[in-house]
Amino acid sequence: MAPNMTTDLWPRIEPLLGRVEKPARYIGMERGSVSPQHRPDQVSWLLIYPDTYEIGLPNQGLQILYEILNEREDAAAERAYAPWVDLEAEMRASGLPLFSVDTHRPAGAFDVLAFNLSAELVFTNVLNCIDLAGAPVRAEDRRDQDPLVMCGGHCAFNPEPLADFVDAFVIGDGEEVVGEINDVLVAWKRAGKTNREGVLRELATVPGVYVPSMYDVDYDGPFLAEVRPKYPGVPAAVEKRTVADLAEWPYPKNQLVPLIEVVHDRLNVEVFRGCTRGCRFCQAGMITRPVRERPEEQVRMMVRDGLRRTGYDEVALTSLSTADFSGIDDVVGDIVNAQEGTGCVGVSLPSLRVDAFTVGIASQIQQVRRTGLTFAPEAGTWRMRKVINKLITEEDLFAAVDAAYSNGWRRVKLYFLTGLPTEADEDTLGIAELARNVVAIGRKYTKSASATASIGGFVPKPHTPFQWFGQNSVEELRRKVGLLRDATRRSGVSLKWHDAEASFAEGIASRGDRRIGKVIERVWRGGGSFQEWSECFDLGRWTDAMAAEGLDPDWYVTRHRTEREVLPWDHVTAGLHKDFLWQEWRSALNEHGLPDCRWTPCYDCGVCTGQALEHVVASTVAPAGGSQGTGQDLERGGAVPVAFLGVKDAAGNGGGARAR
Amino acid sequence: MAPVRGDVGFPVRLRFTKHGKVRFVGHRDLARSFERSFRIAALPLSFSLGFSPRPKVSLGLALGVGHESDGEYLDLELAEPIAVEALPATLTETLPVGVEVIGAVALVPRAPALQEAITSVEYDLRPAGLSFPVLHAAVEQAMGAEHLPIETTRKGRAVVEDLRPGLRRLELRDDVVEAEVATQPRGIRPAELIGALRGLAATAIGSGEDRVLRTHQWIERDGARQQPLEADRAPRASDDVRAPSKGLINARRDDDRGGGDRADTRDHGADAQDHGADAQDHGAPQRRIA
Repeated sequence: MAPNMTTDLWPRIEPLLGRVEKPARYIGMERGSVSPQHRPDQVSWLLIYPDTYEIGLPNQGLQILYEILNEREDAAAERAYAPWVDLEAEMRASGLPLFSVDTHRPAGAFDVLAFNLSAELVFTNVLNCIDLAGAPVRAEDRRDQDPLVMCGGHCAFNPEPLADFVDAFVIGDGEEVVGEINDVLVAWKRAGKTNREGVLRELATVPGVYVPSMYDVDYDGPFLAEVRPKYPGVPAAVEKRTVADLAEWPYPKNQLVPLIEVVHDRLNVEVFRGCTRGCRFCQAGMITRPVRERPEEQVRMMVRDGLRRTGYDEVALTSLSTADFSGIDDVVGDIVNAQEGTGCVGVSLPSLRVDAFTVGIASQIQQVRRTGLTFAPEAGTWRMRKVINKLITEEDLFAAVDAAYSNGWRRVKLYFLTGLPTEADEDTLGIAELARNVVAIGRKYTKSASATASIGGFVPKPHTPFQWFGQNSVEELRRKVGLLRDATRRSGVSLKWHDAEASFAEGIASRGDRRIGKVIERVWRGGGSFQEWSECFDLGRWTDAMAAEGLDPDWYVTRHRTEREVLPWDHVTAGLHKDFLWQEWRSALNEHGLPDCRWTPCYDCGVCTGQALEHVVASTVAPAGGSQGTGQDLERGGAVPVAFLGVKDAAGNGGGARAR
Repeated sequence: MAPVRGDVGFPVRLRFTKHGKVRFVGHRDLARSFERSFRIAALPLSFSLGFSPRPKVSLGLALGVGHESDGEYLDLELAEPIAVEALPATLTETLPVGVEVIGAVALVPRAPALQEAITSVEYDLRPAGLSFPVLHAAVEQAMGAEHLPIETTRKGRAVVEDLRPGLRRLELRDDVVEAEVATQPRGIRPAELIGALRGLAATAIGSGEDRVLRTHQWIERDGARQQPLEADRAPRASDDVRAPSKGLINARRDDDRGGGDRADTRDHGADAQDHGADAQDHGAPQRRIA
């Protein structure tokens, strides 16, 4: 782009906004936002969430990096979100590029376009945003003065489908590595941003950074033979970054408060990162290990300060399983009882464990405000739950549900997956039976008791024990949903299900290799943006693109992989030993559960030993609460001892004390 | 559940402006910004009863997305009385840029809700792409006509409705159409009025965006026309006794009030803010820096 370009596009954007849906998506001005003055000695980052503003704004990863970068003297960061199709049409008609919402600066004026990848179906939006920024979508076509395109987030753990379009991926926690990348880019910018190849070579040496153009890919027929570094110094495998101590990163400190309603529209405080429950379908749990709790005192401080600063009337304590946070009942009780200032602050606990202990916490919360109660048994039979290692007994589920209805809830939500490995029709139908039993328990207390069962079609994900599993076909997923519809008629169970075709497309993108890049490009060029949205999604675009590229969708989606197969993401590691994952896959097929290593001996999944990390948990004992605590009657793993941190000291003060 | 106004609590009415980018934020979203601002200020809000207690906050007549305003109003109910003088500055500090609270008064108990009380609204309209002579002719024609029919849809069916009965005043000053419209028998949306003028001008929609600024809202009661901050304001013993300033809002109001008790007990802080003089002293809203 010309260096003398105007940097405030607002006068050109404003006249278009009267013609589009939800124009406030594009105005910025959130409390907590900044309007940086860009200087030549700073690296300018445009942090892009490639979905709508309402989905993207609350993303905590993006907000954390926004703050960390803007705190640096040598960086300035702004934000952008994918314009909805109506504004995109207006922008393309009037030649307006993608812009930041903070100062309405053209995306092409930034040094870096950094995308958050939270879901695979946004991949086509990444291409669309690069294109709207005015840069060539393929990395090899970009020149020295074009922005560098980077991606991070959970989907970066299989970077290959986007490898053709992205200059560098960041694997794992971004808090530390973003600064290291900025250091490299400051020097590059000072030298006039020439030698794009040189800066990419240098980025490839930063731990946790994967530069796809530095690797050659060999195939053996349809199979991957090898992904190999082109140059010495480029690592053969890129290992994820892990922030060892969450206490050092109390971000976001200034959570953005949007002017329009967004998802998760509340104060969000991350109480821990990582999860070792070990659910075998769960990519998030596998790639974010080990568990790192935030000290209880810091949680309280972030809640107190956050509520005061934002004016929110609700705070969510976020993690992958918040009821596992050491001292969760005290923290929740204190928030509920504090109610300083204006009062009436609600607490929400996403991702609740299924047991009566959890319901006890929820009952404390509903003294202020009744929230929905959602449990995720994930599967309908105990056998199936052993396969997926979601070790909830029926007794626990029913006790939890009994506690909920007896405490006044009239409806509970239940989350299930269908299409899991070894799932037989009796397992599928077990979902209906479980849900009907839940309603029956509720009817003891109130005639109006009901339950919602949400059914997701299972999509196997990289870096999980189920990465070798052949996903169910569209027809099979539909048949299973059909069984459930028949089995829940007139039962008080209301059934919701995910579109099986969308699960199939997600399957293509989730475990795709570099060849899928051309498919994504075709889908995008054909107009297939916003594939997460049912009004825009079209499986035909994907299967047509696969056919045009001579690729077989079933080979990618429904085929079981073998132990020896080179997987497209093998050169990216979350620290998990591949043989641990394979062993877990075998255990799943043998219906063997594996307990949580926070409270039982280490079975050496590879993360702690490989990265010299430890769990950071304040309590050495599992929280009260039945089968998901330590009371599991299961075979144990190896005998490598785990050092627990933050054991309560003799004076009894401080779950937050963190002895090393 | 509709808020019970002034039953046990202490109702307060705010006047605020909405200018600039924030004009694209809708009515309900703006109400939520206000609720958060009240919480940051730790106001003693009254809450509705029930499982999901809501603060008792009600905005007046909705302002269309994209329109600006010099005179928006919001009622809230507090659980205990507070000094309202500091509210404009305190709240403006934490509201979105472009939203400025310029007046705050305590209301009498059981004051009628804004939605019912407002009887007419004034706008400055800037229709895009209409030349002065064309616009002039259309304005003359509209005011001179007995009927001003527009096509609209009700429950999915195309119907013709007459805007003329609700049209109080329409004048062209420079390139701005000043309009006053009644809220009864039906509210008239500025876009409808601009559409009607375009119809009379027999001109296709011009290029560019029609701009709308709401300038005033009025409560007409017993023949007197008052600004909403005056209409139901509570007398306060602690207030300075001072003569009402002339021309603050509208000379007619002062005349109509005839210097009664209420005029003598006007809250001087809010008084000055009504015409916006003090608004400058609160300073421009701060740009929020993380």
